[in-house]
Amino acid sequence: MENNLQFLKEKVLLNQTAAFSKEIEEKLKILRHEKIIKPIIYVGASSCGLVAGAARTISAINDYLCEKQILADIIEVGCIGLCAEEPIVDIQLPGMSRISFKRMFSEDVANILDGVFNNTIASDNVLGQYRQKNLQAWDNVNYIDEVEFFAVQRRIVLEYNGFINPTSIENYIAYGGYRAFVKTIYHYTSNDVCKIVEKSELRGRGGSGFPAGKKWKIAHDTASDQRYLVCNANESDPGAFIDKSIIESNPHKLIEGMAIAAYAIGAGKAYIYIRNENTLAISRFKQAVEDAKAFGLLGENIFDSGFNLEIIIKKGPGAFVCGEETAMLSSIEGKRGMPRFRPPYPAERGLFGKPTIINNVETLCNIPYIMLNGPIWFGQIGTKSSKGSKVFTLSGKIKNNGIVEVEMGTNFEEIINKIGGGIKNGKHFKAMQLGGPSGCCITKENLSLKVDYEEIANYGAIMGSGGIVVMDQETCMVDITKYYIDFIQKESCGKCIPCREGTQRMLEILEKITKIPKDEASHQTLERFKGVMQLEKIAEVIKDTSLCGLGKTASNTFLSTLKWFRDEYEEHIFDRKCRAGVCKELRTFYIDVDKCTGCNACMRKCPETAIIGTVKYPHFIVESKCTGCGICFETCKFSAIFVK
Amino acid sequence: MADNIDEIIGKYSNAGRSDLLDALQEIQEFNGYLSEDAVVKLSKQFNLATTKIYGIASFYDQFRFVQYGKFHIKVCNGTACHLSDSKPVIKELEKLLRIKHGQTTRDAMFSLEEVPCLGSCGLSPVMSINNEYYAAVKTADIKDILESLKKSDS
Ligand SMILES: Cc1cc2nc3c(=O)[nH]c(=O)nc-3n(C[C@H](O)[C@H](O)[C@H](O)COP(=O)(O)O)c2cc1C
Repeated sequence: MENNLQFLKEKVLLNQTAAFSKEIEEKLKILRHEKIIKPIIYVGASSCGLVAGAARTISAINDYLCEKQILADIIEVGCIGLCAEEPIVDIQLPGMSRISFKRMFSEDVANILDGVFNNTIASDNVLGQYRQKNLQAWDNVNYIDEVEFFAVQRRIVLEYNGFINPTSIENYIAYGGYRAFVKTIYHYTSNDVCKIVEKSELRGRGGSGFPAGKKWKIAHDTASDQRYLVCNANESDPGAFIDKSIIESNPHKLIEGMAIAAYAIGAGKAYIYIRNENTLAISRFKQAVEDAKAFGLLGENIFDSGFNLEIIIKKGPGAFVCGEETAMLSSIEGKRGMPRFRPPYPAERGLFGKPTIINNVETLCNIPYIMLNGPIWFGQIGTKSSKGSKVFTLSGKIKNNGIVEVEMGTNFEEIINKIGGGIKNGKHFKAMQLGGPSGCCITKENLSLKVDYEEIANYGAIMGSGGIVVMDQETCMVDITKYYIDFIQKESCGKCIPCREGTQRMLEILEKITKIPKDEASHQTLERFKGVMQLEKIAEVIKDTSLCGLGKTASNTFLSTLKWFRDEYEEHIFDRKCRAGVCKELRTFYIDVDKCTGCNACMRKCPETAIIGTVKYPHFIVESKCTGCGICFETCKFSAIFVK
Repeated sequence: MADNIDEIIGKYSNAGRSDLLDALQEIQEFNGYLSEDAVVKLSKQFNLATTKIYGIASFYDQFRFVQYGKFHIKVCNGTACHLSDSKPVIKELEKLLRIKHGQTTRDAMFSLEEVPCLGSCGLSPVMSINNEYYAAVKTADIKDILESLKKSDS
């Protein structure tokens, strides 16, 4: 162990020659687990894997190995991105390529392992094998990079996610980790680093898309005795789990990016602000920081370069608005997480009044690659105005739920249909929401839109942090808007009145149009209608008069669904109909008198006593009492109940 | 691990304002919630008014001022779960337990919480009870789940 660390430090990190000697290569192969003596079983054990039952799979594997008396190592790795197919388990036999299996639940373990150890692969669960030089490939097994989910992707930030051991600094360094950082502190001044990053045209991935290098330069050029770096991992918008997945799967990559950024701006302290609930990500990150410190890559006088860096973990107590940079700073200072006025921008006066740079996790994870391969290399990837790649999470009604990375310039059609595998259960695509509650919807006709900051802005949407939520024909656009407005309304910090009160009014109005008014006095009807008339205006006012991005983007979802799905709103308002059948209170059920046997089952179950009738005679639903809950519909054995 | 709140607060004797949230988190982790007693003690330690501390703590979703039940139920209402009908699950739980989300039953048996995302969107709707996950929950099953928990306890 000691030995390995010393080897990695002296022969690998401090050795900046392009090619290693044969001897070093051989040793690296061992540390990369390419040369092994006993089999290794890698189990995808990040949040998604664990929920799918990875822990049970691991104990089944242990039982199997014990019973068959096979010696093998089990390593818990992160997520390769195909969350829908978890638990994913890779097996590597000495001399053979690593092979990956999907949906390996505890009951499938014996069967699959039998197959692998006897050289007869059961094909149902095979995901594919990795392309590895010098290792023998399996016959008749496809390569994992040929699977459509991976083939269209361009993985930079996610390169080793789910592949390397997230709790082993040795493994990370053996795969080229921390080389960029060591190169940086030995060969570049902080000013050089700012310039290189500026030249790469890397834009912030946290939402605003501001050029990272430019921002760093401002902090770098502001005179101060102390500067801070803050890594923004608050990520609280529903449907996004990029940062969490990256940290769980490859925490050292982020530490390396943070270390380089801190060096560039001259910060001795770096904070990471991560939501308290992400316990696995926090514990993996903490462990990684300790390992890096023990290795001498963090702490005082790093590798005798004179550079000091301390990384502090701040557990965010759960507020969406704390993702906004100035609110985050308030929260780190121990106050309510409320946004402040800008300017002064945090790059000039931020945390504790000192110059502070706030960057997103994904932004920082790009840095090591830029430092290692140069800005020109990075500039070749992507489009004219957007360089590099972008990570997205796919969720909702899509087949391949998960986390994916594509080159800028890829269109959403490819992301949804090729990588995402299209819509679940044979349904049809209706729209996708990009950027969570502050985002906009992209409709079917516009799926040819490219992943590009400018192009997305021209369409009237925002890239956001990269959450894609896919909706099919069973999603009601009014309902989903209501859901997002409800979220914003709860998360509004309360500082600006238009945002605090306005979003509440919007929610109320939306709630009213998804209900059938009952027992309504005439002035209430008037108010309801006035609300409908004013909805669009409120949305505009909130947008124009709020201080921070939360309020400024609060009405995005509403305005974009109204633009593209106005007919659905009108149907709700004028016809009291929800075509997706989601708005339960707009449904009214009827009984088909020819089919009803009068069994009385529905009448007994109805919570509103809206069904009347005599046993053995057809029943009847009192329309004014029915709330559309659908219990009778589920209860009826004779399909006599229908919705109109 | 500390034995009592005093010990936890004692650790913050040299702390500044920026450590307040950490202190609150540590107390909640230990106790399950923030008691009046704890807030009063913290206010002395940090030299801040109790109202100020309450004001900060109540701003954040994480902090609670009532104890969790023996079984703490979290229902995910993230987008994916919302699209696969998590609201009826919450409604059903509220109906059966006779509490609203954020509350604890009088016998301190169950508490209910609606959470933004449990990170398992592929298995929606998801709920977790004391960190045991239940995937693809149906409203019809909830009664049985609660009954079996009650049984397992007695
Ligand atoms: C309401 C709100 C929430 C935000 N949430 C996040 C977040 O979760 N993660 C993030 O990186 N940026 C978030 N941002 C953007 C940050 O304010 C900031 O622009 C970003 O962290 C800068 O990093 P970047 O330049 O690397 O993108 C949010 C902004 C607003 C207005």
